Amino acid sequence: MTIKEIQEEIIDEFSMFDDWMQRYEYMIELGKSLPLIEEQYKTDDNLIKGCQSKVWVHAELDGDKLVFTADSDAIITKGIIAILVRAFSNQKPQDIIDADTQYIDEIGLKEHLSPTRANGLVSMIKQLKLYAVAYQTQLK
Amino acid sequence: MIETTLDIPAIRKDFPILQREVNGQPLVYLDNAATSQTPQQVIDAIVDYYQRYNANIHRGVHTLSQEATDAYEAARQKIQKHFNIAHPYEVILTSGTTDSINLVANGFTSFLKEGDEILVSAMEHHSNIVPWQMLCERTGAVLKVIPMSLEGELIMDEYHNLLSNKTKLVFCNHVSNALGTINPIKDIIDAAHKVGASVLVDGAQAAAHIKADLQALDVDFYTVSAHKMCGPTGVGILYGKEEWLKKLPPYQGGGEMIAEVTFEKTTYADLPHKFEAGTPNICGGIAFGAALDYMNSIGFEAIDQYEDELLNYATEQLLTIDGLKIYGTAAHKTSVISFNIEGIHPYDIGTIVDKLGIAVRTGHHCAQPIMDFYKIPGTVRASFSFYNTKDEVDKLVEGVRRARNMLL
Repeated sequence: MTIKEIQEEIIDEFSMFDDWMQRYEYMIELGKSLPLIEEQYKTDDNLIKGCQSKVWVHAELDGDKLVFTADSDAIITKGIIAILVRAFSNQKPQDIIDADTQYIDEIGLKEHLSPTRANGLVSMIKQLKLYAVAYQTQLK
Repeated sequence: MIETTLDIPAIRKDFPILQREVNGQPLVYLDNAATSQTPQQVIDAIVDYYQRYNANIHRGVHTLSQEATDAYEAARQKIQKHFNIAHPYEVILTSGTTDSINLVANGFTSFLKEGDEILVSAMEHHSNIVPWQMLCERTGAVLKVIPMSLEGELIMDEYHNLLSNKTKLVFCNHVSNALGTINPIKDIIDAAHKVGASVLVDGAQAAAHIKADLQALDVDFYTVSAHKMCGPTGVGILYGKEEWLKKLPPYQGGGEMIAEVTFEKTTYADLPHKFEAGTPNICGGIAFGAALDYMNSIGFEAIDQYEDELLNYATEQLLTIDGLKIYGTAAHKTSVISFNIEGIHPYDIGTIVDKLGIAVRTGHHCAQPIMDFYKIPGTVRASFSFYNTKDEVDKLVEGVRRARNMLL
């Protein structure tokens, strides 16, 4: 699936819920199902700066595709990074660089986050894209 | 049943913000340790100032300036009276506690030498740590920490052991913002004075709950922020004993703090203006006076008794939630409950209860050393004021229980 297709799938999933409690519950479920980062990668170097809770992201190439694993010590934050990892993992770096993140607005995630968490979300997107830029250079 | 002589429904009507909804739910505001809400009486004082007599103070001969000056100085006298300060000129109006602490820390630069010691309690927030660290870097003085117990009480034996003739300054909060502990500051002050050390007490958290008698305490410096006691943000006080305020050099230059300026030499104004450079927060100072009037009209004794009842009830009810642990269980506490639920990050609880209209603080509360002490990333902190109700405590408990069920 392309990034766009996965994003549309996520929008569809969130549109099934009427209220924000249900959406939070779903986000928490996504967080719980996140492929966990290996313990050795939970280092300060892999911490995303700008998040109030801790978020670790590790990226590595599998052929020409970039695979992300992540973890957080807060479950809602873990749900947020899970939504990003699901769209961006197993994708080509260039596609990640080119991808827009409009789907975040469409599921209403940003507007329902506290300003600190919304800043964290921006930092997470930026970090995933920075990884893509770095690996794209490597692939060339 | 919570017993009180206070008419809580009538008091709540004084606070317009308490009528609003958050996320479609009636607001339950339990972040009073960060900032308290503002009653209509204080809002009216602010509006009145800007509508009728907004002018700069002390220098103007016109009527508005005179009126503003009179109101500002009247506020200073209200503060003096409230805290039982000997002279109005010992009340320095600052932008708040952090500004007050920095003023003293800067002033002490010329009074310390290498090897002098500064004692700071283990339960300080960053504003009462960082300025002293900076002072130590400038002077070569050594910062030593008065340890605390797991209950969140200062270990007084250790404090006495740390005191020596090298100790020049002791810094401690009256009440811990993160734990709610009321510290035995009279004992701390008396012991420090015996070795010739001076004491600064950060009263920011205490001022909304305890009417401190600063002459009886014999404290050298005491700091307060208006916004934690129903006043506006951006204004507070530094109380200093006259002898110290005369000795300390000015903190900032310009405006009201001068007596005479030539390009060769400047002489400084008398107290309190020596420390009040530039145009002060005139409206804020006046509104601070109105906030003190308001709180005194309710009565600190009744406030203290009612908040204590709220604290006990909330503690009892929160502890019925599985896995909930309270940090800070000192014998003497104000109405602050810092807690976590095993296996759940405090931010997650804060986020969920916010969706239910409940405002609590989450995080390290600008007191990271306390969190390091307990080896936790932060806590959820519910802090109560006299306008909170038993019903709001019930909503908090229900919200936290719901969050727990969602998050685990």
